[in-house]
Amino acid sequence: MPRQQAAPRGKGSLKVNKHIMGRLARYIFKMYGIHLIIVLVCILASVLCSLQGTMFMQNLIDDYITPMVEAHSVDFGPLLAAIGRVAGFYALGVVCAFLYNFIMAQVTQGTLRALRDEMFVHMEELPIRYFDTHQHGDIMSIYTNDIDALRQMISQSIPQMVNSGVTVIGVIVCMIRLSIPLTLVTLGMVAIMLLVTKFLAGNSGKYFGKQQRNLGRVNGNIEEMMNGQKVVKVFCHEEEAIEKFNALNDELFDSAYQANMYSNMLGPANAQIGNVSYVIVAVVGGILAIGGFGGFTLGGLASFLTFNKSLNMPIMQVSQQLNFIVMAMAGAERVFGLLDEKPEDDEGYVTLVNAKEENGQIVETSERTGMWAWKHYHQADGTTSYVKLEGDVVFDDVDFAYEPGKTVLHNIKMFATPGQKIAFVGATGAGKTTITNLINRFYDIADGKIRYDGININKIKKDDLRHSLGIVLQDTHLFTGTVADNIRYGKLDATDEEVHAAAKLANADSFIHKLPNGYDTVLTGDGANLSQGQRQLLAIARAAIADPPVLILDEATSSIDTRTEKIVQDGMDKLMAGRTTFVIAHRLSTIRNSDCIMVLDQGRIIERGNHDELIAEGGKYYQLYTGKIVNA
Amino acid sequence: MHVLKTLLAQVKEFTRDSILTPIFMLVEVAMEMVIPLLMASIIDEGVNKGDMHHIFVIGAYMILAALVGLWAGMMGGKYGARASAGFARNLRKSMFANIQTFSFENIDKYSTAGLVTRLTTDVTNLQNSYQMILRMGMRAPASLIVAMIMSLYISPRLASVYLIAVLILACVLFLIISRVTKIFDYVFKKYDDLNASVQENISGIRVVKAYVREDFEKEKFQKASGNIYKFLLKAERILACNAPVMMTTVYTCILLISWLGAKMIVTSTFTTGELMSMLTYCMNILGSLMMLSMVFVMITMSVANANRVAEVLNEKATIVNPENPVMEVPNGDIDFDHVNFAYKKDAEEFVLEDIDLHIKRGETIGVLGGTGSAKSTLVNLISRLYDVTEGKVRVGDIDVRDYDLEVIRNQVSVVLQNNVLFSGTIYENLRWGSENATDEECQKACKLACADEFIERFPDGYDTYIEQGGSNVSGGQRQRLCIARALLKQPKVLILDDSTSAVDTATDAKIRKAFREEIPGTTKLIIAQRISSVQDADRIVVMDNGRIDGIGTHEELLESNAIYRDVYESQTGGGSGDFDEKEGE
Repeated sequence: MPRQQAAPRGKGSLKVNKHIMGRLARYIFKMYGIHLIIVLVCILASVLCSLQGTMFMQNLIDDYITPMVEAHSVDFGPLLAAIGRVAGFYALGVVCAFLYNFIMAQVTQGTLRALRDEMFVHMEELPIRYFDTHQHGDIMSIYTNDIDALRQMISQSIPQMVNSGVTVIGVIVCMIRLSIPLTLVTLGMVAIMLLVTKFLAGNSGKYFGKQQRNLGRVNGNIEEMMNGQKVVKVFCHEEEAIEKFNALNDELFDSAYQANMYSNMLGPANAQIGNVSYVIVAVVGGILAIGGFGGFTLGGLASFLTFNKSLNMPIMQVSQQLNFIVMAMAGAERVFGLLDEKPEDDEGYVTLVNAKEENGQIVETSERTGMWAWKHYHQADGTTSYVKLEGDVVFDDVDFAYEPGKTVLHNIKMFATPGQKIAFVGATGAGKTTITNLINRFYDIADGKIRYDGININKIKKDDLRHSLGIVLQDTHLFTGTVADNIRYGKLDATDEEVHAAAKLANADSFIHKLPNGYDTVLTGDGANLSQGQRQLLAIARAAIADPPVLILDEATSSIDTRTEKIVQDGMDKLMAGRTTFVIAHRLSTIRNSDCIMVLDQGRIIERGNHDELIAEGGKYYQLYTGKIVNA
Repeated sequence: MHVLKTLLAQVKEFTRDSILTPIFMLVEVAMEMVIPLLMASIIDEGVNKGDMHHIFVIGAYMILAALVGLWAGMMGGKYGARASAGFARNLRKSMFANIQTFSFENIDKYSTAGLVTRLTTDVTNLQNSYQMILRMGMRAPASLIVAMIMSLYISPRLASVYLIAVLILACVLFLIISRVTKIFDYVFKKYDDLNASVQENISGIRVVKAYVREDFEKEKFQKASGNIYKFLLKAERILACNAPVMMTTVYTCILLISWLGAKMIVTSTFTTGELMSMLTYCMNILGSLMMLSMVFVMITMSVANANRVAEVLNEKATIVNPENPVMEVPNGDIDFDHVNFAYKKDAEEFVLEDIDLHIKRGETIGVLGGTGSAKSTLVNLISRLYDVTEGKVRVGDIDVRDYDLEVIRNQVSVVLQNNVLFSGTIYENLRWGSENATDEECQKACKLACADEFIERFPDGYDTYIEQGGSNVSGGQRQRLCIARALLKQPKVLILDDSTSAVDTATDAKIRKAFREEIPGTTKLIIAQRISSVQDADRIVVMDNGRIDGIGTHEELLESNAIYRDVYESQTGGGSGDFDEKEGE
């Protein structure tokens, strides 16, 4: 199967995609609109409260302490009252801060949960082609790295930005009220701060992007080398491996160093520009006050300096959030990219229903009868007909291409009548697996028709089509859960007895009993604690319990050694009895008793017939399984 | 401690940066402390008294202090970045280099995914912690202490307010952190499980779709993700207390100091400028405390990373070169002298038991047996991929443990069961076998391995780029390329460990024919599942449960060996007929 490597995606360029930002904002707002409004109000209140505090600090000296010092009888009453009032504001501020932090926790976690769930639900609907064309590690990293980046931004950056924004506006308003010229001086310094921030953050963003790419490369190299570590040993290739790794590692070091350097410098740079701004304001303000321009007083200057100081803080905080935002946007882009993938389309309308026979007529029933029928609604005349599910499969001149223009199957014509066993043989890449993938519509054909019990499979609802087919794949995939759970995957409501019976049929029962907890043994990591052969036996049991009329076995027994296979064969024969079966195998013993064997070569059926006929023919089949042509 | 020592040994050439960083940070702290004093002076002596000259002078000092602070802060940032990025580089480098010395036994101990995580995520976390410690580990306590001393100097009475506040804050933060880390520990494990289930769904998507279990999986996922949401929300809500607690402490301090300070000013034991400075120090102290708690959390979180990295760094290779190694393999004779082998030293049962097998140079030996009968284990001993537990394995009459590792592995060429190709062109992959092989030699090896036919069909021929893991060639093609790669070593012994399982029978036969005709002097061991792959060998070894069950030619074994006969019959259809007998005719 052609698996294309997804192109490595550039991450971390400092350009924030406005479209993505807006979409994310809408997404959050739709779910948590009211929450966000409350949060906004709380932040606003909290900022205003702390501004009250700052104002108090300025007036502390002028309005309370100086009068007290000058007065004859000291009265602490007004000061106490003022402190009490400010304490009230502070308390309100604290409560608001707690509230918005508390609510943001829910907004953050809720949004992430919704995104995760939506991504997973959507992913399950995507066509197989999506998984063929994307590296699995790459898909995984959307769930982990990208979501993590979003968490950082939603929970910290957004409230921080709002907070800082409100503070900055509040402080500037206060400043303007005190002195317009000094405000201009301060804003001039803020502009310098922003320029420096833009330069440093731009550089660090650039290098962070480079670091992410280098990190990806190093990860790729490590993964490749660790996977092939034994081969490296066998070929004494250690030094070359180290050399290659060191080169990549050094590049990573370089970009990580630069990225961190620029981002580390951001804090001190802004802090010191802030200090310089303080001095300049002091000097300019001093000249203004002493010269008595515009009625500006020294007391006013003192207040102004405090505001100057409180303006620098939020700007510094915002600048430190920039990198998080850039990274989060890159993450959001990938998250939405997954959500925008087109799901598998299913225009089918023929459904599978339980049926029973009444007076020679097939009628639908709600009970489980063991008999199934295709419910076919005819739009033309508004009637509904029922066709009994039998497993009659016909390929009529089918062409197929994974990529347009590169046809891999040509003019496939074949038919399987109910209960027949059809085998496909041929070299790797001849198109055997592809044919079976067309029957259950993992892929859609380019030309021709596939009929199932006389119905074009495009008209059958995909879920119902797949329900009627049992598949045992070449790569067995097991899921985390008990052995019984894994077998039950074929039929969720199966009883314990049914599970045991299916396991016995596949000859898996005996090894399952030897497992530490029998059927309740928990399998993890795709059944890592089982041998390949044992996993195949479980996959067979899983197919057996589903009891489908049509069975597809794709190299189902390839990892079971021949002696064990002989034992399994017995179960397989029982499983195949009365079902239409498509078998792919390279072992003769698995296919020799097939009703019809199709020999495939480069996407075409070149020979067909039963074993004896094909041997007599002395063609490709004969060659493949005897190796005779070489000896002759 | 041991772990710490191992890790710190990796700082190496970045020691200077690592020492300079905290020093610069201290300078920055010093400036941070001086500046509030200067600010106070500008207000008290300059602005309040209308002394322009004083403002100029102190302003100049302040700008100087700011410049020094800027310089120190930037240098600290630079050296911190260099030290931590360098530390990470060295960790990766040393781990990678050490892994290269690993024997198969060492490799088996770790999973591939485990090693990858150690080299990537674990190191990245350590890098961040290291930078944090270098930059904040000194800065925060220093800033805390200096601010403390300064406030004590200004007014011991007011400073006592901080002390109490600091203590209370520390207790509350500690409570919050300890509660949250417990939840996080739990939830991260669950989070891993959730990701594992995504992974499972991605790789097993065909099974999910084939059984129409999309809705089942969705429900399962949503349940798990809902559960995680519950715990994460709880943790985050506790964390939400952080900011308000911090704010409460700061505000309380400010109000207390204002109140007490005002009283003191009235009694003329305190100045307004001093009050302002006190308030600034108050912010400094509490800020440092917050920073310290963050450093503390980061350190706790990276302890696990540190342990995992140190484990790899301290892993000792179990197979190393002997002292005076033999540098030449005289011939391809192989002898197993009563070999016993177990993967673990303290295992109760041997995996291989009493193997006594003698193979002459140039012989072709087939090895057959069920899964788990230790066929691969047997051949892995020859090129010293594992060391025998008891007995001796000799190649060319010399114990394999006496050879130079590179020499024995080049002369005994193994095509492993799990074939791996590396990203690069076909030529590059082939030259793993022999670095300086010419194009002609490469092509010849491919011809022997029957790989030439499909390579020549590729548009780019031998320059075709192989993707990571060889994902753009089929299983059978991959196996043939791996055989060609092994052939390029021109070994004295060639071992194929089930290396033609995905190659069709006809091609398989062609490869064996080529071996027979082109490299007759090379000793060949062929492990296979298919009888046809071994039946024309000079001798066939039948393995069962770690023992040799029978040795002989195809005919002899058919006669005398029950297992062999069983396998033969199972593959040829019960001997009732037709197929292989026809071939025999």
